[in-house]
Amino acid sequence: MTMLKEGRPTAPQAVTETASIPATATGNRALMLEEALIFEIGSTDTTGVDLADAPKVESRLGNLARADSIGLPGLSEQETVRHYTRLSRQNYAIDLGLFPLGSCTMKHNPRLNEKVARMPGFADLHPLSPQSTVQGALAVIHELAEWLVKLTGMHSVAMSPKAGAHGELCGLLAIRAALEARGDARSVILVPESAHGTNPATAAFCGYKVEDIPATPDGRVDRAALKARLGPDVAAVMITNPNTCGLFERDMKTISEAVHAAGAFVYCDGANFNAIVGRVRPGDLGVDAMHINLHKTFSTPHGGGGPGSGPVVLSQALTPFAPLPFVERQGDKFVLIEEETADEHHAASFGRMVAFHGQMGMFTRALTYILSHGADGLRQVASDAVLNANYILRSLDDVLDAPFGSSGPCMHEALFSDKGLAEGFTTLDIAKGLIDEGFHPMTMYFPLVVHGAMLVEPTETESKAALDQFILALRSLAGRAKAGDEALKGAPYFAPRRRLDETLAARKPVLTWTEPTQAEAAE
Amino acid sequence: MINNVIPAFAGVTKRDNIMRYLPLTDSDRQEMLSVIGAASVDDLFVDVPAEARLSDKIAGLPDHASELAVERHMAALARQNLSAGEAPFFLGAGAYKHHVPASVDHLIQRGEFLTAYTPYQPEIAQGTLQVLFEFQTQVARLLGCDVANASMYDGSTACWEAIGMARRITKRGKAILSSGLHPHYVSVANTMARFTGDALVHEAPTLDAATDIDALIAGIDKDTSCVVVQYPDILGRIADLTPLAEAAHAAGALLVAVVTEPVALGAIKAPGHMGADIVVGEGQSIGVGLQFGGPYLGLFACKQKYVRQMPGRLCGETVDAAGKRGFVLTLSTREQHIRREKATSNICTNSGLCALAFSIHMTLLGERGLRELAALNHGLAVQAADRLARVPGVKLLNESFFNEFTLILSKDAREVVRNLADKGVLGGVSLGRLFPDAPQIGNGLVVAVTETVTAEDVEVLAKALEEELA
Repeated sequence: MTMLKEGRPTAPQAVTETASIPATATGNRALMLEEALIFEIGSTDTTGVDLADAPKVESRLGNLARADSIGLPGLSEQETVRHYTRLSRQNYAIDLGLFPLGSCTMKHNPRLNEKVARMPGFADLHPLSPQSTVQGALAVIHELAEWLVKLTGMHSVAMSPKAGAHGELCGLLAIRAALEARGDARSVILVPESAHGTNPATAAFCGYKVEDIPATPDGRVDRAALKARLGPDVAAVMITNPNTCGLFERDMKTISEAVHAAGAFVYCDGANFNAIVGRVRPGDLGVDAMHINLHKTFSTPHGGGGPGSGPVVLSQALTPFAPLPFVERQGDKFVLIEEETADEHHAASFGRMVAFHGQMGMFTRALTYILSHGADGLRQVASDAVLNANYILRSLDDVLDAPFGSSGPCMHEALFSDKGLAEGFTTLDIAKGLIDEGFHPMTMYFPLVVHGAMLVEPTETESKAALDQFILALRSLAGRAKAGDEALKGAPYFAPRRRLDETLAARKPVLTWTEPTQAEAAE
Repeated sequence: MINNVIPAFAGVTKRDNIMRYLPLTDSDRQEMLSVIGAASVDDLFVDVPAEARLSDKIAGLPDHASELAVERHMAALARQNLSAGEAPFFLGAGAYKHHVPASVDHLIQRGEFLTAYTPYQPEIAQGTLQVLFEFQTQVARLLGCDVANASMYDGSTACWEAIGMARRITKRGKAILSSGLHPHYVSVANTMARFTGDALVHEAPTLDAATDIDALIAGIDKDTSCVVVQYPDILGRIADLTPLAEAAHAAGALLVAVVTEPVALGAIKAPGHMGADIVVGEGQSIGVGLQFGGPYLGLFACKQKYVRQMPGRLCGETVDAAGKRGFVLTLSTREQHIRREKATSNICTNSGLCALAFSIHMTLLGERGLRELAALNHGLAVQAADRLARVPGVKLLNESFFNEFTLILSKDAREVVRNLADKGVLGGVSLGRLFPDAPQIGNGLVVAVTETVTAEDVEVLAKALEEELA
């Protein structure tokens, strides 16, 4: 053994036996630290902030002072930083590696966007500040709106919806308002069976009956079935294009024409706009309303579940019904049109969807992203996103079943099924195996039209080297699942947790922390 | 004081056409095309009808630009605004400026939080999931409820979701909205009710020191699904909700309480402890910041017995295959991705990162810090209210308030607010802007005083009001 004279070894002994990794007293594993709940480590007397003393005044709280203990633990600043830093390390993230969730467009989040959003001139503005003091903020909303209108070839855009599903709601409300304005009560929304769950949920949320449209064997909307169902009771058709099978709806334009001829409107779910930005304008396909997920195509960070932002581009027919508030340019000034001023020339607006003006913090980030790419860069975004997805499709379709692989090129995402895996092996096993290989799994079991679906969206911000490593991992896993490698069913082995019991969580929901009883504490 | 010239932006295309966020090289692209068996990227767009295919970039828009050029443009736009920190600042009415400790923003920018998705793969999302479990517990305790969800978009949409939830529970379609409910929340509910068929009862507030609790109680009938009351209300008044809860329950209706300033609950009783069945709120004032109105943080909590009618995501505790405690999203059979048109809501993406910011700030505060913060806000607000009430032409409406109160001025407050802004004072929110259809209350000015307001700021506002009302 190599050793310094005081007895410190300077080279490791060769390791031959890796199976017997010893347990640790703490449960920690070096950099992988277990972390208790704040309720277990904090106390209601501890605080990480120092505030000025409150002035002594006679309380005017209406005799409603809160006397009970609230039960909110505090930590010192250093403990707080450690708590959340330790927890953060139990998360996978784009910053760590490829995050190929289909339909989620997990692309790189440029940090300039974060810097800009935090400029005090944007971050520290009150939504009800006098308009003379927020001209730059209104200019940001207006400038972003112009980009979105031009990129989509539409007539206008409603900026206030808070996320994609909220944008769907905005579009359907505009459609309903337009129909009501012409005295045309219609009750049905047609939704393809491959649609995101938000589509039927949104239609039902604003009082519509939902009917499914079947798909053709090549993974697209059945145009004949759709046309046959159109009639005076159909208010709109909701179509995702590119669709959730990763295919472009070739017949979109003729579908739109048929829908319009039947007096209905076309809603396009724009979740997959990343595949066509700069290459196709939805306005040229006859779309009446489409939401744009700024947290997908325009790279505002997803933050572990949100916030998103879902501006909705509108056709000329729907523009008069757009929600309040919105920004207008009047000469060299920007004006926020609210209830106070809407009556004069926006009386048909269907009303307000949110308390204020939408996701300003996402607008600044999205505009920064858009200006960074420019018209040429955004077209390249779609090109590279589609190229990367097709590269994955064709690098794997010999080992994984690609149900629509013969339907032509895919768009921004490649779809595989569980066909051909060994008896008892599932898409879930492949997904959990990917975790051990250092990747976030793809979207699994969606779209519903494919059994054991695996929907892979690499996005344009992945290098070829990253794609090749992902392909290597997935080829290996496909081989193991086909060969019936039982070890795969135990995956993941190397994540902070093994597979979690979702059935138990749902059967006996524990949604908040409660003090353990004395008996439990004694265990 | 603000230069109103908006700079023009021109992209600065580099000759070699490299875009900094796109890693593929031209040789990568060629190699990949040959694996795919396509001659060009254009061939991959073959399914797009030829007449809809754009042959080149969209005209009339600038090309890509360097980080420096973009930052310069955005910074110039930011400078066109008067931010809250640059002026004596008294705006509230649903969005509050509080000091957010530096570590909050540092921690939410960790890439593992910032650039993660919804925790659909729990084995590699325990960080987000544990935060949500802690957040749900903090929110439930703060609002005085049994359970809370993992967040909604904002207070206004959470408020509408609560009305819809009350409809599902009671199978009744008439909601009574307090005149003290934020008028934008009322607008959101009106927009939705027009399409869902719910009947909403609402009137604009009057300039009285007493709240409308008695009128609300009188309005409850057998068709009422819920009464929706804001606490403290839009004019800053605080009412005991207990009699209202009792009256609602006696008629088989629910009480929905709305909290737009959660810091208040460090000083005043929680709505859940006064009988509210559903408590929703705007969580912005803890950790999130003003951000010109969004993203904000919808809080949603209720009694345990209604949990399966709740909208939104829920995180629950469970164990993994090795028996270790872990967390997962749960009860998802309420949600759109499982139930589609039968879901309790269409919400998918929520306000995860804002929930994280809230939770970190709340952890830094702890109960002791929250109570101190609330006491400081109240103390400063009492001092400011008394000082401003001495200005000739100003009368204080409120007998009760937390950190926000209404002044009745001797003239329309809209004009006063605009004139104060021209003097660099952000003096409050006029009732005329909030309630354009109620000119009878147009002289009302809602003034918020948080720990960020100094005694000097109050003096500046008092003097400016004095000049304005002379």
